[in-house]
Amino acid sequence: MADLRNNFVGIKSPNPFWLASAPPTDKAYNVERAFKAGWGGVVWKTLGEEGPPVVNVNGPRYGAIWGADRRLLGLNNIELITDRDLYTNLREMKQVKMNWPDRALIASIMVPCEENAWKAILPLVEETGADGIELNFGCPHGMSERGMGAAVGQVPEYIEMVVRWCKQYTRMPVITKLTPNIADIRKPARAAKSGGTDAVSLINTINSITSVNLDTFSPEPSIDGKGSHGGYCGPAVKPIALNMVAEIARDPETYGLPISGIGGITTWRDAAEFLVLGAGNVQVCTAAMTYGFKIVQEMITGLSNWMDTKGHRSLDDICGRAVPNVSDWQYLNLNYIAKARIDQDACIKCGRCHIACEDTSHQAITQYVDGKRHFEVMEDECVGCNLCVNVCPVQDCITMVGLEPGVLDERTGKTVDPNYANWTTHPNNPMARQAAE
Amino acid sequence: MGTTETGIVSGRLSPLEYEKNFSDLHPPLDEHEALVASDRCYFCYDAPCMTACPTSIDIPLFIRQISTGNPIGSANTIFDQNILGGMCARVCPTETLCEQACVRNEAEHRPVEIGRLQRYATDIAMRENRQFYQRAEPTGKSIAVVGAGPAGLACAHRLAVKGHDVVIYDAREKAGGLNEYGIATYKAVDDFAQAEVDYVLAIGGIEIRNRMMLGRDFSLGDMLSKHDAVFLGLGLAGVNALRAEGETAEGVEDAVDFIAALRQSETKADIAIGRRVVVLGGGMTAVDAAVQAKLLGAEEVTICYRRGKESMNASEFEQDLAASKGVTIRHWLQPKRIIARDGNVAGIELDYTRIEDGRLTTTGETGVITADHVLKAIGQTFEADGLGIIALQSGRIVVDGEGRTSLDRVWAGGDCVLGGEDLTVSAVAMGRDAAESINHVLAAASQPAEAVA
Repeated sequence: MADLRNNFVGIKSPNPFWLASAPPTDKAYNVERAFKAGWGGVVWKTLGEEGPPVVNVNGPRYGAIWGADRRLLGLNNIELITDRDLYTNLREMKQVKMNWPDRALIASIMVPCEENAWKAILPLVEETGADGIELNFGCPHGMSERGMGAAVGQVPEYIEMVVRWCKQYTRMPVITKLTPNIADIRKPARAAKSGGTDAVSLINTINSITSVNLDTFSPEPSIDGKGSHGGYCGPAVKPIALNMVAEIARDPETYGLPISGIGGITTWRDAAEFLVLGAGNVQVCTAAMTYGFKIVQEMITGLSNWMDTKGHRSLDDICGRAVPNVSDWQYLNLNYIAKARIDQDACIKCGRCHIACEDTSHQAITQYVDGKRHFEVMEDECVGCNLCVNVCPVQDCITMVGLEPGVLDERTGKTVDPNYANWTTHPNNPMARQAAE
Repeated sequence: MGTTETGIVSGRLSPLEYEKNFSDLHPPLDEHEALVASDRCYFCYDAPCMTACPTSIDIPLFIRQISTGNPIGSANTIFDQNILGGMCARVCPTETLCEQACVRNEAEHRPVEIGRLQRYATDIAMRENRQFYQRAEPTGKSIAVVGAGPAGLACAHRLAVKGHDVVIYDAREKAGGLNEYGIATYKAVDDFAQAEVDYVLAIGGIEIRNRMMLGRDFSLGDMLSKHDAVFLGLGLAGVNALRAEGETAEGVEDAVDFIAALRQSETKADIAIGRRVVVLGGGMTAVDAAVQAKLLGAEEVTICYRRGKESMNASEFEQDLAASKGVTIRHWLQPKRIIARDGNVAGIELDYTRIEDGRLTTTGETGVITADHVLKAIGQTFEADGLGIIALQSGRIVVDGEGRTSLDRVWAGGDCVLGGEDLTVSAVAMGRDAAESINHVLAAASQPAEAVA
């Protein structure tokens, strides 16, 4: 059996699956249920400063987009940080941590961008026995209008400053949660590192309007006929999150900085992808909000079985394994040539590959052969773009097959060059030409 | 549980049982079910289902329109090709047409529910009485359509769209043809056939004259003298005789009459049925009659077909339906003699059959099935009274690809023509295409004579 125990910046948990700071982690009742279900850790819903808590809207807080059969693909949320009294939260956190000493309990914190505010709250949190803190620099709605959340996360200097305060006033590990609502995710990550953060976590939610009511012309979710942008999450954001995690993992300036991966993780496979792209563990929210806490059982067994099958014994064996394979476009091998191949036994003859190629790509798939409905790749036209693979409704029916060196590429009339060659040295590249001259 | 009284009696069941037995065979999809079902469509290119549809409905498009919450647009797509799309959704043997061609059969042996989705969209549009077609400028031309069945209605509607005036002559009390008189009750509940006639006629310019029978009340010549063109959608008015001893005994009935009477009955409690029923034949009519006999409370219902299962015209689905209702289907049995007692049917003697040198022959062995009610569903025939010298072949009207008969200004379509498929949807296609042909010919005739130099 693979060992799923996780040690993330010194915080130990029986598995790498944490619940992200969000509605499911707002109070002891939910968190107790999560731990009973098997979650390895919980990032408690973001605490604010002492005093009257924030208030939430009293109408709908969530909007969504759906796929076939109303499968939830993306969720958006206009809920704020915890709207419960600070001391109620702290008391419950302490009790839960006592009840579940083997699980990770992290406090998410968002207070005004003033040194005293952070100085005041950190000892209170420390007293609960929490294993670490996560700085919420990501919340994109409501709090950002008040100079907190994403308003901090979008200014690297502020990030560095607040992280520095936290490292100064607490012994607890500091995880800095980043907002994706920024042009270059490496900038805030570098700032957090400069401030001395122990880790970053990402992504927080993405500014979004999920839909508009076409009867009332109000964005959804609609509060008395008006809507506000919310934070987008769920399966739809996973590709964005994966890229941002990889960007930080392979940036020389932040290389080795521990990452807690967040963003649309729904299955063990999603989690494994974050781990191999450099995340030390993962945080989940929308999947739990969609299906309940039980999904962690699928995640644990799925990850474990995959690791067993592949001979990976511990998380250290897999974390970051894909990072060296993330490359700038300019270094991709232009001498690698692939062609689509259609498995005629698996083909159900829907014709989608043909029409996608015919209408929108390279006219490289037949429709009729010898008067019969028959879909086959014409290798002399196929550029290997992979669109047919992606639109085919049958898994593994169309695959991309790399041509062996020395084989004739019927499209170009040239044989496949065995040597690696990229754009930087390509004759069509003006920069390469200049260098040669 | 009904009574087991021997003989042909009505009221075997309680009113509640009748209502339950003759309710919708396939309840309509609700919105959620329709969305789930429509999500399964792959939106195939040059879709096989569309090719398999005799009326070439753009099935992927109408299903996509359902999936995007646009059932009205979906109905429009359907009606563009088939104005009787509502009835076809109910009665088409989809398992041998569009749904057989569905690529989902390859993927997982379960096609998209095209028929039920078609019904979903057309029901919404018809319930809201959404009319998609307007008449073109009046052409001043008048066309006679003989027969108000699927072929005639489809033809009349398309002609009306083109701006022609149409008069439909029909022999029956009500329009609709087999949709009104020949479809099993549980496939067209709530008087759907008449609702559909009303929907088709709403375009205007179509007049229906009922109780007007060709050969009795008028001749083809009369029509040609009054109208610019004639479309014959006559259907099959005759039935084959059994030509077996005892056929005249009380209790031997034509299945088509039995089915028609059922359709015209409000409660079904007035329709008499035997305790032990034998249905002769292997087509859809045989199954419709047998199943409904069972639903009326008959204790035993047996279909006897003189060939093997593979030769039955009733689809696999229909055969399974019959079996599920408790009907016994027996093959390789051919009626020899009706056994009568006091003038009433008491049983039927049958010859066992087999194929010998490619020909059907009796084996010499016989058997007897006790029965007090025998329904004949051994095929219908075309009765050509009043048609004059029109060319026939194998007892049906000969037409070309556009539906033109051997007579000038006369078109025909539906079951009465040679090569018809005995399907509502094929009749619709032929009626529609004949209308296009008629319109083309009439338009050409109206063009100014001088050529452009």
